[in-house]
Amino acid sequence: MHEWALAEAVISAASETAEKEGLKEITEVRIKVGELQQIEPEILEFALAQLKTGKLRNARFHIATEKALLKCRACGHEWLFNRKKLDESTAEAIHFVPEIAHAYIKCPKCGSPDFEIVAGRGVWLESIKGVK
Amino acid sequence: MLVDPRISIIDERLKGIGKIIAVSSGKGGVGKSVIASTLALTLARKGFKVGLFDLDFTSPSTHIILGIEGLQPKEEKGIVPPKAHGLHYMSIIYYSGDYATPLRGADVSNALIELLAITKWEKLDYLILDMPPGIGDATLDLIRLIKNIEFIIVTTPSKLAFETVKKLSSLLKSLRIPMLGVVENMKMNNAQLVRQQAKKIGITMLTEIPYDPKVEEAIGNTNKLLNTTLAKKAEEIASRI
Repeated sequence: MHEWALAEAVISAASETAEKEGLKEITEVRIKVGELQQIEPEILEFALAQLKTGKLRNARFHIATEKALLKCRACGHEWLFNRKKLDESTAEAIHFVPEIAHAYIKCPKCGSPDFEIVAGRGVWLESIKGVK
Repeated sequence: MLVDPRISIIDERLKGIGKIIAVSSGKGGVGKSVIASTLALTLARKGFKVGLFDLDFTSPSTHIILGIEGLQPKEEKGIVPPKAHGLHYMSIIYYSGDYATPLRGADVSNALIELLAITKWEKLDYLILDMPPGIGDATLDLIRLIKNIEFIIVTTPSKLAFETVKKLSSLLKSLRIPMLGVVENMKMNNAQLVRQQAKKIGITMLTEIPYDPKVEEAIGNTNKLLNTTLAKKAEEIASRI
């Protein structure tokens, strides 16, 4: 359950942000999850619920998934990541370290592995709301 | 607001580690990975708890030096590096296998931050980092992200290699990052250039390692590796860090 490690990071980052903004209590945390990493939102949500303490005790977590958009640096072609085209072990490797996609995915148009992950990589803390 | 939460957890992940030592170099091909691997093995044989983390993501080689095959980390609320030859061993090869992984600077940074954020090290006395050469993204990221990092710089007797040592050491000095010292590897004669130059720029000379053809024959075999002159010199480094 590698989502647990990322949930710990979200809790830690949210607590730090609350500290910086002088919040006494956090009521809402919005999280963006990139599709490339294939995070299971339910598992992430479960881990967050287990880990929330202190200022985050009553926080609600909203998790939105962002499509993974890849752009070839060689020919400029853009395409969406498709999990179904990968075998199980490749998908799992990308799940742990999304950059590993460069070892397994090539531009469908020109075959180059030199592409940019334009959107949909990793876990991001989008916003937090709370009481001052 | 868009915050990368991974940065916040890195201190927590590394808090159980005594010393974090980056084995680095100004340029490639100076024997940095062999020295990092042998130093890690030597410290482990002395009874310390040691981790080895191969951070040369585009050209990882410590798994070949140590003859590590078929291992995978355990997944336990993060990833736990498996043990190999007494070392807690982490490398991107668990995920990339034998495939070429062409990564640009920003991708190297992202992969590095990801692995630092999700890897759960046991309590360790030493974590040895096998660095990619130079003063690129990985070096800058590690300086930014690991508070108590210390550097060992590996060079050959070549003027060209030492020129890059000067640049690396000048960067580390300006950022007030501790340098444990310089290791001169593959020494073919009695030339004093590196020793003199190291003294001139104020870096400790940790050891000089003579060129030893047995090292190449020992690649993939830790027992043979520990019987080389290089391993004897690694003992000297171990006793000074």
